[in-house]
Amino acid sequence: MKALKFLLVGIFLGIVLVKSEAVSWYRIYEMFRFQSFHMYGIIGTAITSGILFLQISKKGIIKNNKGADIFVPKKKNGLTRYIVGGIIFGLGWALVGACPGPMYILLGTGIWSMLIVIAAAILGTFIYGLLKNKLPH
Amino acid sequence: MFFKFELNYIFMESIFNPWPWYISGPLIAIVMALLLYFGKTFGMSSNLRTMCTIAGAGNFVDFFNFKWKDHLWNLTVVLGAIIGGFIAVQFLSNNSDTDLNPTTIIELQNMGFNTPGATLVPNEMYSLSVLANPKALAVLVIGGLLVGFGTRYAGGCTSGHAITGLSSLQKPSLIAVIGFFIGGLIMTNFILPLIF
Repeated sequence: MKALKFLLVGIFLGIVLVKSEAVSWYRIYEMFRFQSFHMYGIIGTAITSGILFLQISKKGIIKNNKGADIFVPKKKNGLTRYIVGGIIFGLGWALVGACPGPMYILLGTGIWSMLIVIAAAILGTFIYGLLKNKLPH
Repeated sequence: MFFKFELNYIFMESIFNPWPWYISGPLIAIVMALLLYFGKTFGMSSNLRTMCTIAGAGNFVDFFNFKWKDHLWNLTVVLGAIIGGFIAVQFLSNNSDTDLNPTTIIELQNMGFNTPGATLVPNEMYSLSVLANPKALAVLVIGGLLVGFGTRYAGGCTSGHAITGLSSLQKPSLIAVIGFFIGGLIMTNFILPLIF
């Protein structure tokens, strides 16, 4: 039962990202060419709604399912890791047209070659782990 | 009676057609809100690290030494996302093309993409028959490596930084998202035209 709610959230996420075309390689291309408002609209309204939700929950009106305050983990301060890591991620995102959520969703739509991208992404994460202590953060 | 039928028809049409951005964005925020409500957080890239650990990476690198079973909930979200993708294309779609900017379509056709918007991803990159081509295979592998490496280096991806991080007004996430866009702009505008 505990797992079921997470399965349902995942199913909902998969449906929304397909129906919104956010998993479309072409939509990502179009976004980075500034030729359409679609993706900016999705990301913009997602963040605006997210801010609204978190501001309301800050007032203590919304609690989590255990009755405690809604908690968002804080990212550590830094610059290098965010900008360099971000650029590397962006290069990959625009190339394969999929970030770590849509990869799985696209696999579910029947795009089997996505397994190669997922395997490579797992390997990429492993390489980061190997080099972590040598990289500037 | 007829009016009710009309309304049903319009409703079903709206489900089967692609959803507009102003519906989709808030629905994504609901995913974030639900996970926070369940005491978790919206971050899809963490699963890549968990999968490394399950594969035994913890034996080589300390970074992967953690109790992966604590992250089973997130792998369950992944499983759901795969099922959701399947449901969306099998039962909730009418195979309409992605309504791309005509300029985008012409541009992509000139680059050798024959049917922009007819599928979710270009057949020229993803159809199983092109995988025999070393260049096509290299594109998928390099892209995957960059995503996997970059997301962990940056400490999050689109869900963790762009949606959750920006919604909670965190400066590190803003820097990361600026990075995402610099990388994306370089790839799409300068590198993709060299590859295709």
